[in-house]
Order: sequence, then structure tokens, then C-alpha cells
Amino acid sequence: MTSRAIADLSAGPRTPEAVDGFFATHGFPIVEGPAITFVWRGEAEAVHLKHWVYGLPSSQSLARVEHTDVWHLTLGLPPASRVEYKFEVVRGGHGEWIQDPLNPNRARDPFGANSVAHGTGYAIPEWIQHDPRSPRGHLDEIPIDSQVFGRRSLGLYLPARFRRTRRYPLLIVHDGHDYLHYASLGPVLDNLIARLDIPDVIVALTSSPRRLVEYADDERHASFLTDEMVPYLQRLFPLDERPQSRCLMGASFGAVAALSTACRRPGFYGRLLLQSGSFAFTDIGDRNHRGALFDPVVAFINRFRGDPIAVAERVFVSCGMYESLIYENRSLVPMLQSTGMDVRYVEARDGHNWENWRDRLREGLSWLFPGPLLLVYE
Amino acid sequence: MLAPATRSVILLGPQPGPQPGSPSHQADVGRVLRELGARRPVALCTAGWQEREGEDEALAAQLGLPSVNLRLHRRSEELFAEDAELKEAYKARQLLLRHQQDFYRVRLDHADEAAHAIAVRHVEPELLEQERRVSVEFLRQLDRDHVERCRAIHAAFEQRWRPGDRPAVARHRRELRALIEPASALVIAGGHVASLFNRMELFDALGLAAEKHVIAWSAGAMVLTDRIVLFHDFPPYGKDIAQVLDAGFGVAPGLVVLPDPSRRIRMDDRAGIARFAQRLAPATCVAMDPGTHVVSEAGLVVRASATRLRTTGEPEIGWSG
Repeated sequence: MTSRAIADLSAGPRTPEAVDGFFATHGFPIVEGPAITFVWRGEAEAVHLKHWVYGLPSSQSLARVEHTDVWHLTLGLPPASRVEYKFEVVRGGHGEWIQDPLNPNRARDPFGANSVAHGTGYAIPEWIQHDPRSPRGHLDEIPIDSQVFGRRSLGLYLPARFRRTRRYPLLIVHDGHDYLHYASLGPVLDNLIARLDIPDVIVALTSSPRRLVEYADDERHASFLTDEMVPYLQRLFPLDERPQSRCLMGASFGAVAALSTACRRPGFYGRLLLQSGSFAFTDIGDRNHRGALFDPVVAFINRFRGDPIAVAERVFVSCGMYESLIYENRSLVPMLQSTGMDVRYVEARDGHNWENWRDRLREGLSWLFPGPLLLVYE
Repeated sequence: MLAPATRSVILLGPQPGPQPGSPSHQADVGRVLRELGARRPVALCTAGWQEREGEDEALAAQLGLPSVNLRLHRRSEELFAEDAELKEAYKARQLLLRHQQDFYRVRLDHADEAAHAIAVRHVEPELLEQERRVSVEFLRQLDRDHVERCRAIHAAFEQRWRPGDRPAVARHRRELRALIEPASALVIAGGHVASLFNRMELFDALGLAAEKHVIAWSAGAMVLTDRIVLFHDFPPYGKDIAQVLDAGFGVAPGLVVLPDPSRRIRMDDRAGIARFAQRLAPATCVAMDPGTHVVSEAGLVVRASATRLRTTGEPEIGWSG
């Protein structure tokens, strides 16, 4: 696949002025229909594109336009794709990973930030931005004294028009503080509520200092949420105590924790939102290629696959096509459906990252907790 | 004002509401009141606005006549604070209705999926058309069954608890009668259709206004028909199938009111519109954008200016009744 823009540059005089003109007249990366061209400018021994698209080589070399300091690589990118990446610039035999200085789009995560390429047709959802017409909910931190885990801090979101005379559904978000910081959860909730996409909802934001252990099918975690946190919140707030008004949500290992907790307390949680779940399993043997960290997950998922039962009423599952977990998620969905649970599965041309999870929140939350949109006619 | 010789039930398209982002078009309720010759104050029901029912200043200004807000939402809160036994019974009834709605909805989804699975089979067109009719009839049966079961739940509640005989309810109804009796018309705003329907039913608002002209729009118009049909072709979760919420009060019979079609109905989906209109036939499906109206007297539409959804799938713009 070739880039017309790069071809034009190569065919021209390639003087410093011409190169400057090239950079002044293009946005980067260059999107030409299904082709996307990554460009870096500078002196180096080599430049590599580093990305997390499962299915493509994770490192690909940029080529140099002869007699210039312009490096480029063109890839085919299906419509609506969203790809996070960095450049590795090699100088003096040493590679340094950098964000694309020509691309203003960044995605933050707990490890820093990546550059983001948007394929044709991808648009950042407008409902993730703060909207002055959407009243802001109240965010707070409260302590919870757990017999299982000791004292922990719990994030809380209360809808802007919270009233003690109403009953509210409860959404429990694993890695909730990360959802706030990296997936715009606060503005998303404000907007979805204001637009009647979801009802007023109380949201509990949990975070774990040992998530890879506690989220991997750990009875202590299920007990903490179900036997301690939910009753605690029920004492503090007017919660609707029906299962269909309780939702567990999480991404990656957080999705494992959500499903595992629901399996350990069947019927208690009526709604599950599982994003890019790390649902590793084996068809034979008990060790998945992902390593020992996943052993308890493999045991759990293998057990569930052996005897799948309806543990909730509605389950929304999403996964990125460009993440390796797509295989595990695609495999899990028919299992969930076979139990009689109402399951909706959505794939996106994206990877294992917070903005992928952010972009699916409107569809997932509004399907699990439909707002009064269907009931309000002004 | 004397009781009208013929009571008119006038249904209007959307009017401005109190919600952020609600339609910004002009209200035409004031013009309708003038055309009716109303000179006395009107009784206003904004219970569909729920906790915001009192925020009626802008609407009251549009009426061109003094108004008294019946405050049915607030009254329901006072009533339940006073009559705990009724409150619990009412909550239990609502829970049962919600469960039933949920189960009906599951059945609808599966019937819709089955209809789709059959529709894509490669068989003779005549057979496919025959099966399509069966699929529509299956949805009609689910709708009928749902409405009957809703009616049974309401009847059982009425029989068991006799709300009208309970002192707190009776007192509120007396107060409401005193407010409605001198009014020239009952004006019912839109909003949350279930909330509005429940409050109007609890206080028998239409029974108390039996001799009055009624002007209603959006949710207010929906509750006056035989069946309250919920619909939205553009929900945030992708697609949805229309569903009957409950039997309405039936003072504007033979109609299915569909407010705000420009924002809620895929008007270019002729097959979808045909299926919808056939499913709800013989009722007339009336799409009501701002500025439209339907006037019903003695159970018959006497004039209209709205869009009728034909069973062929063609919208009849400018339907005059």
C-alpha cells in the first residue's frame, strides 16, 4: 500500500523548502481512504512503528524518503479503526520510544500516554466531553472498613439530581478510578443521564492494590463486594435492591472479577458489563499460554465453560478486534448465550485500552440500564 | 362556563417542557384554548414532569388564561406519606407491572428475531408474505395479551384496595374536584408517560373532568388513547422494538399517538412502518410533530392535521381525520 502524499513528495524537488511545505500542508498521520501513513521527521539510524494491534507485526520499520529527513510507513487501516502507537527512534544504537510529535491525539493510561491514529470514519464520541447542559454529578471518596481487606477507599458518583425519596440502581465499577481518569466516566455519566439514555444511577468506584490476585476469581473479592460493600451502600443510600438494578462492570481483569463475582453469587447481580475480559481458558490441560498469573482465571473460565449457568439477566460484552483477547471473548459469548441470559456482544476496531472501553460505555450502559428515553415524550 | 354540549378531546404535537434539551418550538396550546372559546381558568396537569411539575411558569404564560396546577405528583407523595398500607400495595403492584413489562419485552424481542429469521429465507414470495402476516399477528397477540394482563392487575388492585374509598385518596379527589369543576378545560402536558398515567389513574383525574374539554400533548395525549405505545427507532443501544406500556384511558379511542416522529421514527423505513401500522391496526397510528393536532369527539376523530402511518408503510402527510 502506498501513500499518494509520500509519492508526491518523493517525485518533487525534495528541497528543505519543499519538505517544510509538505509538513505545513498535511495533518499526521496522513489518512487517505483505507491507507494510513505514519510520518516522522529527523535524523536517526532507524525508526520503527510500535503499536498494539494484534494480528500485525508489533514493530514495523519506517522507510526514509531519499535525500530528506522524512520517514514514513503506510498501512491499510479498515474504516472506523482506532490505533494507539509510539515511534521507536534509534540513534547511536539505542532505541527511544516517543509519542508522535506531529499528532496531537493522545490517549492516557496508567503507564503514560500513546499517540492515537484515527482511521476513516472514526470520530471521538461527543458524549464523552463535558456538556454545560448536563448537570454534573457529585464525586466523592468514602472509606469502607472491610473484614476481608481492611480499610479501603471507595469512589462514589451521585447523580446531579440525587433525592433521598427515590430509589437508584447501583453500578459497581472495577478499577473505577482509572475509568474516571482514562475513560472520562464522570462526563459520560453526566451526559447519558442528562440525555435520558440511562436513569439516574449511583456508581461505586472500586480500586484494588492487588487487582491481579483479587480480580482473578477470588472469593474474598466477591465477599467484599456482595457481603460488605453493597449492604454498606444500601445503608447509606436509597438503592433499588432488585437484582436488575445492580450491575458489575469491569475491563480486562476487572471483567473477570465482575463475571466471577456474579458466578459466586448467582442472581444477586442482574446486569454485567464486561469489557475486553481476560477470559483465558484451555481446551486441554490447565495452563494457558498467557502464563501462571492466569492460572486461577483459566480454572474459573474452564469451570464456567464446563457448566455454564445463568448468573445474571443481561450481559453486555465488548472487545477490540485488535487485541489478542478477541479469541477468548468470542469464545465466551456463545457460552453466555447458551444459559438463557440476554447477551449483547459488540466488537470495535480498537485495542486493549481505556478509550476503546470509553467508546462502548454509551451502548453498554444504556442497554443494561435503559434510561427514561422510551418513556419521556415532551 | 357551562359544561360543553360536546366534549372535545384535542391532541397536540410536542410543546416546550421543563427538561433540559426539550424541544424549543412555540407552544400552540394557547391558540387552541382561544379557538375553543375558553374564558375561565384551566386545570393544568404536569404530573409527567415528576418532581419538576411545579415549574410551569413558562407553560402557564402560554395558555393565555389563568391556570391552576393539580399537582398530582406532589399529591401522590403526600398520599403515600399518609397511607403507608396503600403505598406498599401500590409499590407491589408497580413491581408486578414492571416484571410483566420485562417478560413481555423478552417475548417481543424473540418474536421479532423469529420474524427476521423467517423473512430472510429463500422461498416463494407468496409463502414469505403469508409468513410475514403470521409474524405480525404473533406480535399483535403478544400486545393483546399484555394489555389484558395489565388490565387484570389494575382491576385486582382496585378491587382489593378500593383507593377511592380510602380517606386520604377521597380527600385529594374532593380537593381536585373543587379545582376542576370551575375550570373551562383540563390541560395535560407531556413528560414521563408512566408517571403521568399512574398519577392520573390514582386520582381519577379524567373521571373528575368528565364534562370538560381536554387538551393534551405528547405523553398527555398518549395516555388518553386505548393503548400507550412506547417507541424509539434511535435508542443509544442501537435498535428497539415498539412495546405497549398499558391500556390508556380510552377517551380518544382508535388512535395510537406517536409524538415527535422526526426525532423518534425512521420515516424512510417503509417496511418497518407498514409492520408497525399493521401490528396496531385497526387503530390509526398518528405521528404528531409540533404544530399538529387531532380532535376527537364522542370517540370519533372529527378533524386533524397530522401524519397518519398507513399499513402500506406510506406516511400520509396532512391527514385530516
